Amino acid sequence: MSAAGHAPHVASALSCVDILVALYFEVARLDPGCPEAPDRDRILFSKGHASAALYACLAERGFFPLSHLAEYAQDGSMLGEHPTRLALPGIEMTSGSLGHGLGLGIGLGLAAKMDATGARIFVVLSDGECNEGSLWEAALWAPAHALDNVVAVIDFNKLQATGRSTEITSLAPLAEKWRTFGWEAVEVDGHNIAELVRALEAPMQGRPRAVVAHTVKGKGVSFMENDLEWHYRPPSADDLARAFAELGGAET
Amino acid sequence: MRTAFIQALTDIAVNDRRVMLLTADLGYKLFDDLSAKCPGRFLNMGVSEANMVSVAAGLALSGKRPFTYSIVPFATIRCLEQIRNDVCSMEAPVIVVGVGGGFAYGVNGPTHHGIDDIGAMRAMPGMTVVCPCDPREAAAATRALAGLGRPAYLRLGRAGEAVLPGTAGDFVLGEPTVLRRGETVALLACGPVAREALRAADLLQDRGIDPLVLSVHTVKPLGSLVDRVLDSSVDHVFVVEEHGPCGGLFEALAAQLARLRRHPRVVDITAPDRFLHAAGAQEFLWRAVGLDAESIARTVQRTLEERS
Repeated sequence: MSAAGHAPHVASALSCVDILVALYFEVARLDPGCPEAPDRDRILFSKGHASAALYACLAERGFFPLSHLAEYAQDGSMLGEHPTRLALPGIEMTSGSLGHGLGLGIGLGLAAKMDATGARIFVVLSDGECNEGSLWEAALWAPAHALDNVVAVIDFNKLQATGRSTEITSLAPLAEKWRTFGWEAVEVDGHNIAELVRALEAPMQGRPRAVVAHTVKGKGVSFMENDLEWHYRPPSADDLARAFAELGGAET
Repeated sequence: MRTAFIQALTDIAVNDRRVMLLTADLGYKLFDDLSAKCPGRFLNMGVSEANMVSVAAGLALSGKRPFTYSIVPFATIRCLEQIRNDVCSMEAPVIVVGVGGGFAYGVNGPTHHGIDDIGAMRAMPGMTVVCPCDPREAAAATRALAGLGRPAYLRLGRAGEAVLPGTAGDFVLGEPTVLRRGETVALLACGPVAREALRAADLLQDRGIDPLVLSVHTVKPLGSLVDRVLDSSVDHVFVVEEHGPCGGLFEALAAQLARLRRHPRVVDITAPDRFLHAAGAQEFLWRAVGLDAESIARTVQRTLEERS
């Protein structure tokens, strides 16, 4: 997808794809045949630049045909480099500008409480996104309102667009920051599906939860892992062949 | 206007369980009645305008009809990108309410002056922008926007504005209100400064000029305004607005008229394109920038004299 669309952010997608797999295939209650059902769980993909991972999960889960994936980042496609809510079924928010998803998720969570729909809200955030002040406005407000139906998942790969997060805006200790804001916070291996599912499914304790998922940017492709270059560099045909050889999968 | 808005909103909320009010920690005791009558549907979001708008968008996408409330610059420009992406782009039916348009918070200084909000809100794709001129229009606009189902901006004055003649009739978005009948010259007023436009018309009448005065409450879309202007056969249109010259009613109307082969001359009577560093009450600042009745009348008279 990223190679055909000549699109960047492939390493960001590999960083969070396991989180999305856990959410879309194990945790969230969703019906692709009824994508606007009022009681559905919501997955808000706030780190929109990693959309290749989101589109792949939505297509595999049946929200739209897999054949659409070939249109990613092409002229006239509904699969832009950043996802657009009204473009395709299953996309819960328009993202691309960071720091919007958590507030939106809190609004959805409040409405779910008011209407007693039982819906749960999962917001997938990037660690670079944790630089945005609006995210912390949302983080500050939620605990006083007992939103035990909102779960923030932070894809904590410690690399942001142009540098290591420790050198730009240090986030550590990230879980502790959420705790001091009044959230329940857990840390997991963000590439271990079973661990992610346990953290996402554990009974809530009357307040929102932050799941700090320790991840590797570019996970699974040795020459992309932990290399800043792959935030922006679209993969070439050669890169793609090497990556698929390592991953042992077929090119799609 | 503020009181009229809150009373109207409370009445609507009692009958429509979707309606909610979110404030960024402003409006001390103003919402007590709404809060008591509609438990759980009044939320103080704290001094966090960006989060207020994102939360409102989430509520709206779940079928609620939230209104967000703060002083004009904080309700609009402080959280502009949330209004852009979370409300307008996702077509979430949030009504952004700004209190204190123009120089209503005059003594509070330039951080509190609303002289660029209409331009910012008009630039948002799909946004409806409404600036009522008095408490009756404020209440009617609140009712109209509660039923709109699309993103909108409601720009209020403050508390204590007088009711203006001509606003008792039906209120329809996009249909300007006739505040005073007249001919050859039209004063198109936006917001509570309409009071000064009406007083200016009285002054001008004494000088042999008989202006038509409209309250153009809907700045986007302009609706029937252009047709009204052309049908009225006036040859001079003066836009009186408590806003800078960029992006307000003057530019909106001038852009529409410029497309036509023939149209009346359009003249702007607006606040200047700069921040006012001297503090002062609203009436003081109106005089300082030429938006008081005497200055408006003088500008009209001088412009008409230029013609001959």
